[in-house]
Amino acid sequence: MSTDATLSFEEAMEKYDPVLGFEVHVELNTKSKMFSSAPNVFGDEPNTNVNEVDLGMPGVLPVVNRVAIESSIKIGLALNCKIAESCTFARKQYFYPDTPKNFQTSQYEDPIAYDGYLDIELSDGTIFRVEIERAHMEEDAGKLTHMGGAAGRIQGADFSLVDYNRSGVPLVEIVTKPIEGAGSRAPELAKAYVAAVREIVKNLGVSDAKMERGNVRCDANVSLRPHGRERFGIRSETKNVNSLRAVEHAVRYEIQRHAAVLDAGNPIIQETRHWHEDTRTTTSGRPKSDADDYRYFPEPDLVPIVASREWVEELRATLPEPPAARRKRLQSDWGYSDLEFRDVVNAGVMDEIEETIAAGATATVARKWWMGEIVGRAKNADVDPGQLGVQPATIVELNRMVEDGKINNKMATEVLDGVLAGEGTPAEIVEKRGLAVVSDDGPLLEAIDAALAAQPDVADKIRAGKLQAIGAIVGGVMKATRGQADAGRVKELILSKLGVEG
Amino acid sequence: MTDTNELIRLSAAQLAGMLAAGEVTSVEVTQAYLDRIAAVDGGERGVNAFLHVNTEEALAVAAEVDAIRAAGGAAAEELHVLAGVPIAVKDLIVTIGQPTTAGSKILEGWHSPYDATVVKRLRAAKMPILGKTNLDEFAMGSSTEHSAYGPTRNPWDLDRIPGGSGGGSAAAVAAFEAPLALGTDTGGSIRQPGAVTGTVGVKPTYGGVSRYGAIAMASSLDQIGPVSRTVLDSALLHQVIGGHDPFDSTSLPDPLADLVAAARVGNVEGMRIGIIKELHGEGYQAGVENRFNESLELLKQAGAEIVEVSCPNFQYALGAYYLIMPSEASSNLAKFDGVRYGLRVLPKDGPMTIERVMGATRAAGFGDEVKRRIILGTYALSAGYYDAYYGSAQKVRTLVQRDFEAAFAQADVLISPTAPTTAFKLGEKLNDPLAMYLNDVATIPANLAGVPGLTLPGGLADEDGLPVGIQLLAPAREDARLYRVGAVLESLLEAQWGGPLLDKAPALVETLVAAKEAK
Amino acid sequence: MAAINRDDVAHLAQLAHIEMSAEELDRMAGELAVIVDSVKSVSEAAGDDVPATSHPIPLTNVFREDVVGHTFTAEQALSGAPDSDENRFKVPAILDEA
Repeated sequence: MSTDATLSFEEAMEKYDPVLGFEVHVELNTKSKMFSSAPNVFGDEPNTNVNEVDLGMPGVLPVVNRVAIESSIKIGLALNCKIAESCTFARKQYFYPDTPKNFQTSQYEDPIAYDGYLDIELSDGTIFRVEIERAHMEEDAGKLTHMGGAAGRIQGADFSLVDYNRSGVPLVEIVTKPIEGAGSRAPELAKAYVAAVREIVKNLGVSDAKMERGNVRCDANVSLRPHGRERFGIRSETKNVNSLRAVEHAVRYEIQRHAAVLDAGNPIIQETRHWHEDTRTTTSGRPKSDADDYRYFPEPDLVPIVASREWVEELRATLPEPPAARRKRLQSDWGYSDLEFRDVVNAGVMDEIEETIAAGATATVARKWWMGEIVGRAKNADVDPGQLGVQPATIVELNRMVEDGKINNKMATEVLDGVLAGEGTPAEIVEKRGLAVVSDDGPLLEAIDAALAAQPDVADKIRAGKLQAIGAIVGGVMKATRGQADAGRVKELILSKLGVEG
Repeated sequence: MTDTNELIRLSAAQLAGMLAAGEVTSVEVTQAYLDRIAAVDGGERGVNAFLHVNTEEALAVAAEVDAIRAAGGAAAEELHVLAGVPIAVKDLIVTIGQPTTAGSKILEGWHSPYDATVVKRLRAAKMPILGKTNLDEFAMGSSTEHSAYGPTRNPWDLDRIPGGSGGGSAAAVAAFEAPLALGTDTGGSIRQPGAVTGTVGVKPTYGGVSRYGAIAMASSLDQIGPVSRTVLDSALLHQVIGGHDPFDSTSLPDPLADLVAAARVGNVEGMRIGIIKELHGEGYQAGVENRFNESLELLKQAGAEIVEVSCPNFQYALGAYYLIMPSEASSNLAKFDGVRYGLRVLPKDGPMTIERVMGATRAAGFGDEVKRRIILGTYALSAGYYDAYYGSAQKVRTLVQRDFEAAFAQADVLISPTAPTTAFKLGEKLNDPLAMYLNDVATIPANLAGVPGLTLPGGLADEDGLPVGIQLLAPAREDARLYRVGAVLESLLEAQWGGPLLDKAPALVETLVAAKEAK
Repeated sequence: MAAINRDDVAHLAQLAHIEMSAEELDRMAGELAVIVDSVKSVSEAAGDDVPATSHPIPLTNVFREDVVGHTFTAEQALSGAPDSDENRFKVPAILDEA
């Protein structure tokens, strides 16, 4: 695979103005599929969450899942969209082995939601408005696994295997209008936008919103134009960018690649690009051409959906508080400063902290762990913090162990690494690694120092061999530790501190 | 027990009565039909109405019904009126336990893992299924010559077509191989075969019978319906298969009207019956026109008021149909690609990609007419042509509906010949698609508008002695009117003929034996 | 409306995934030209003010409740498959790299 030339991001920004566009696919978490009653479940044995409809067998007909419609309307409302009074399904026709009918049932001319917007808060607090063109309903395809050849890629494969479990899972595709004016913040905006969409659908409860499972998938369109020109450049569409960090990286990479192509005086090819997380580059997919003739026509097997204003208002009334309001509430509940809270949001761990608090940790403890330990590790591992695999319960358990004096903070981080390495539960790791301590000497030593400093004459007496005087110092330490310390141990420590044999 | 030759000539209603009275058993009836199939269906000159005969299962269901009847009690009381009456099913409708081919090589040997809704209902009514009947491949044709498994022959003249696409179901009923059959009608595939075989067939209101499990040709036009020898029998069968089905989004939510009662009303006094000006006269065979006029006269004598209506946009109906139908068909048939079921053919040379395997599979698996319609439909939907073709055709559909609305403001039921000609010779129009398409000129408007239509035998054409069909059309959801008028007209005609029209058909066994001996 | 020619048919056959020989393309082009000619009056029949009808009987909002129903076993799902492996449908390579 040849490597494309790139310009540095700074140089690209000097010369060109990026225009972005996103198509985010959200898998709904309905119990059954969009058009069939087969279960919508991730990760089961291949071809078992299917019936005749999902396999596109001869004679089958689709029937629309009511909850999928309601979820779609909720998404539309949360994206500040208008909800179509009446909308229809259409067939998008193309042959591909993961598409059992060789057409995808989708929406074409009349999406269920249109003309919305989303206000995106960037890391410095700037608000950037992204206009939403439409949100339409469609069905997911099956899953192809490419066999033979290298690394499961389609290139070089000898054959492919198809599992239709995902076939017919309800999707909402959210399409933005062209996003202009982001400038050098385009990569950051890209990430923040997808994060915002993810937050919205998760907050609505309509999707599991796990990017690593493909519940939220992003296709990112990038084009460049010289500064000052109104007309858009030719765009590339980078497919299936499946983490927040990847969204940021992919947009940055495509900007740099486009800039190099334009700089060399070459035209950009309108095409799909595939994102490769390992190399952080994109490669050319199939060029878009006139051959893409989807022959859309109204789905004759489905009837129009009429969303009465009463129905829409009923659904609006069920919407949870919007993310912005929720943030305000969480910040105040948790008592974080503006800066602390913004850092949490920018690090993408707000939901995780909320879950950790719900699992029993205090706001301070949750923030300490996520911001102090996990975010850094995620950065090193090059994944989103939520994808590192830390469970809220793990943090609560670790913290309890520290508070109980079973382990100290340093040991706790070691245990966390063990958990992430898959060595077991914190208790198991403490046991296995022999990390358990009877008590923590650190706080005791501090208290002893303080007590000795407060009573220098007593210290001298002890040094001089008057060991009975030690009681006064022990008393001071016990008072300082509210009686939690082991008096025998305290005595030993005082003697060793003063260099006196007991 | 009745002589089996008499038994098979009885109507379903008569058989039902005898079964209920214990005068005959379902096993006897079913066996009589299986024997008849064995006698007349196979061989070089056989009718070839069946692609599959379901002997074992049919007899098992028959025996079950007989056992329930013999045991008496509540279970016997609860038996459906048609329990034990056998039926044939068009091979476009999927069935567990029997192959479903759609008349195509691409599905040869395929067994559906699920039952069509109508088949579930036949099973619930405990009607033994005799087998699967022949059809034009994927129901695309008007002669059953486009079947990948050889043409069906018309029992009235074995050198002639039985109509299509449901020639198998119509011929099976006409040849006394089954008392009842299921058909599907997209542009006339129940009614036109009914007309040329002297049988009764009904295309219900769109949505009146579930399409779930009928292999789709054109989803917005397809309807499953009954095929029989009498109007009452169609009403009885319609009552079994009709009514709402949650698996079909286009299924009407309305409760089914009492169609059997409608067939038994017995008068048409005061009803307004409209002759559609555009659906007779020029282009219609003289013998067809004569029988049509006779029927009008009889209805008039029975007290109906005959009015003339005009449906000027029907002139565009055939054209619109031949854009909408192939468009939807091109999409519906995309799923046959050699990946999940059915035939897979590997390309003879060149790269072995999935794309090329699909291309080779579809090239080998589909016949010419199917390919023609897929290409035509692909064209009508393709970028740059959609508005002129598919879009315009949908507008014509609106105009046709408006014509029907205006006509039904003047008449309760409309009437026309079902087909412009009697049965033509096998092979006569095979290489002239346009001439073939013209067979459906009178039946297509009902599919475009979704209104119900019924065909019943109107007699024999003077010039060739072959059956002529009379078509009745009613407003959407008013299928009952068809049964009321159809049953009255049927009884008036039979009174003239001195019995059912099929009594005048050749006795096939003798013909076939003679053919064999001549060889 | 443009007449339909052999190249058009070749393109359509490609869209429809039906391999066609040169003779077939020629024959099909001839037949389709006749059919297309015969239906051309349709484009002029209705004015702009006439709405399109996609469903003969107008219904709206036909829904299924979100309840899990029947599923196939992998064996049932694959019962008609031309080729399968590891409970999945097996298909030849997708890209041509020969």
